Amino acid sequence: MATTDNEVKELIKREYEHGFVTEIESDTFEPGLNEDVIRRLSEIKQEPEFMLEWRLKAYRRWLDMEEPEWAHVDFPKVDYNDISYYSAPKKKEDMPQSLDEVDPELLRTYEKLGIPLHERAKLAGVAVDAVFDSVSVATTFKEPLEKAGVIFCPISEAVHKHPELIKKYLGSVVPAGDNYFAALNSAVFSDGSFVYIPKGVRCPMELSTYFRINAANTGQFERTLIVAEEGSYVSYLEGCTAPMRDENQLHAAVVEIVVLDDAQVKYSTVQNWYPGDEHGKGGIYNFVTKRAACIGKNSKVSWTQVETGSAITWKYPSCVLRGENSVGEFYSVALTHNHQQADTGTKMIHLGKNTRSTIISKGISAGRSSNAYRGLVKFGPAADGARNFTQCDSLLIGDRCGAHTFPYIESKNKSAIVEHEATTSKVSDEQMFLCRQRGIDPEQAVSMIVNGFCKEVFKELPMEFAVEAGKLLEVSLEGSVG
Amino acid sequence: MLSIKNLHASVEDKAILKGINLDIKPGEVHAIMGPNGSGKSTLSQVLAGNEAFEVTSGEVTLNGENLLDLAIEERAREGVFLAFQYPVEIPGVSNLQFLRTAVNAMRKHRGEEEMNAAEFMKQAKEVSKQVDLDPSFLKRGVNEDFSGGEKKRNEIMQALLLQPKLAILDETDSGLDIDALQVVSNGVNALRAEDRAILMVTHYQRLLNHIVPDYVHVLAGGRIVKSGGRELALELEERGYGWLGINDEDTSN
Ligand SMILES: Nc1ncnc2c1ncn2[C@@H]1O[C@H](COP(=O)(O)OP(=O)(O)OP(=O)(O)O)[C@@H](O)[C@H]1O
Ligand SMILES: [Mg+2]
Repeated sequence: MATTDNEVKELIKREYEHGFVTEIESDTFEPGLNEDVIRRLSEIKQEPEFMLEWRLKAYRRWLDMEEPEWAHVDFPKVDYNDISYYSAPKKKEDMPQSLDEVDPELLRTYEKLGIPLHERAKLAGVAVDAVFDSVSVATTFKEPLEKAGVIFCPISEAVHKHPELIKKYLGSVVPAGDNYFAALNSAVFSDGSFVYIPKGVRCPMELSTYFRINAANTGQFERTLIVAEEGSYVSYLEGCTAPMRDENQLHAAVVEIVVLDDAQVKYSTVQNWYPGDEHGKGGIYNFVTKRAACIGKNSKVSWTQVETGSAITWKYPSCVLRGENSVGEFYSVALTHNHQQADTGTKMIHLGKNTRSTIISKGISAGRSSNAYRGLVKFGPAADGARNFTQCDSLLIGDRCGAHTFPYIESKNKSAIVEHEATTSKVSDEQMFLCRQRGIDPEQAVSMIVNGFCKEVFKELPMEFAVEAGKLLEVSLEGSVG
Repeated sequence: MLSIKNLHASVEDKAILKGINLDIKPGEVHAIMGPNGSGKSTLSQVLAGNEAFEVTSGEVTLNGENLLDLAIEERAREGVFLAFQYPVEIPGVSNLQFLRTAVNAMRKHRGEEEMNAAEFMKQAKEVSKQVDLDPSFLKRGVNEDFSGGEKKRNEIMQALLLQPKLAILDETDSGLDIDALQVVSNGVNALRAEDRAILMVTHYQRLLNHIVPDYVHVLAGGRIVKSGGRELALELEERGYGWLGINDEDTSN
């Protein structure tokens, strides 16, 4: 049967929904990267000396490093001197002290994106930190969080207000020299979110950061640091979009999570950066380092990600399971279409006794896209009784796309157990015929089948995100098959 | 209601249907029998619009409307329903979600309001009882790990929910145990209605004890070679297909 191939090709092509540009006055650095740029950046942010030193050290490391080429992606070399490393909306006054002082144009931008920031329409039960280009523009629900002792603020603010925490934890999970993009980020990161959950506190609401790249030729280098003290719990959501532009834009973020005894962190991402047009023009290069250190006993981290955007994704949220009985989970849906390329997966590093990890990865490829899962499961010599379960499923739509699975296992402990399952399937013509025979639109049929395929991952997402993720898949799939 | 004139269809340049003529009036039940590979499923699929088959000539109208011009889902919304000989699985998509999406697509087409989850659940539960499927099947993936017989009952359940104008049942009786055959037959009999036509492909005359057809046709080599009443099926059972001048060596019965 030729149904899938012919019919879905003809579906209407809907445009990227978040592709608008906000007309706003910005202070933007000239493109280029050198020590002076880093000094200027640090100065604008009035950073303490230790931060500047930290950045410069990272920059010097970066200069000595080579861009990695091992990922299953292919793109022209990025010219790092063609990028501007700082862009911030010009503020009417100095710094907005409350939401009332935030530029209304910015508030409208976030509203358009479905993220209302102003007091009257705030997202129920979700505190939002909005990062626009290089700076955090607003954080909602500050008070109730403060009452609970939770710190949730732009990382640039944390550098001033909580330098001891920053000194202690920044770079403790992802050291500046960890990899090429992490080093670059450490040198030039401009903003991001800082979360600190004190001992025994269950964070009273979901925390969320919403990243938006607006300015042209600007890289976004945000840095997120989450520290969960003993017995605490937090669920953190991250969302991202960018305008449609013909040029590629670079996004090189670092996320670090520190989890102490009996604490739990749930980190969910819905990544919807602009993927480029149907011919592969434009789109975000998304090179991200995300890592959690389960330092404490019985600590737990879950990464859940839904990746539908970006021209190129290079991303491996990882867990270092050091504490005894600590648990790492990775649930991922990565969808690529048109000319998108994704190389994503996870690393589970088992160091402590009886550590456990679960990896559920769902890759969906459509159009001419390429989708690779790359996962490392490693057991150190002390990881007695550790175990991992990995399930890697790929779904192909049409016959011009590709799916690849690269599982790596390294074990230095004989008692460790790994289970690995992998499947590849297609949205079959028979399935499409059945759906259409029951009166269902081809478009809706594809999205229903894909949603079914992703069910195990979606059920891990917080409610609001699960709904958004389902819709996102639907939009992302339109016109994508053939 | 359904009118098929001189229908020719092929797959991969191989002619399979070679001039089918058939008229079904509202309220009638027609049984199609015939040896394996004679084109019964092909006829069913072509009527439903499966694009793997090419209609090379002929005409098919449903209530005067040219079916061949319509896409698969448009035919479905005009009331064509096909119960598959081999129902396919859709992992992770619950039966309930699938059926509600289908029912709502039809309702939307008729300009009716969509059914909400609770309303639909109630209706679906009733219908599942009618085919003796435990309501827990509604929560399971579409046909996912269903037994052969369960899949067939699931097909009839869908027909009952969707209330088509033309129901094409391709070997819905195959692989059923005696009780299930009774259940499915009751389901099909419940479908019988003055304004509905039923086209039923079967190898077994015993089904026709439960669902008494108005006409029986024998399809062989892509043509209808004999038509008659209920008694034709009995004769076929007794004499095989040989006396019709067809090679019956691969007739599974
Ligand atoms: N997609 C296809 N590609 C190639 N040949 C096909 C295809 N579909 C059907 N055929 C061929 O068409 C002929 C008719 O098949 P069909 O399935 O219609 O028979 P049937 O009468 O339903 O048989 P059965 O009683 O076994 O179900 C067979 O020879 C079959 O091999
Ligand atoms: Mg058949």
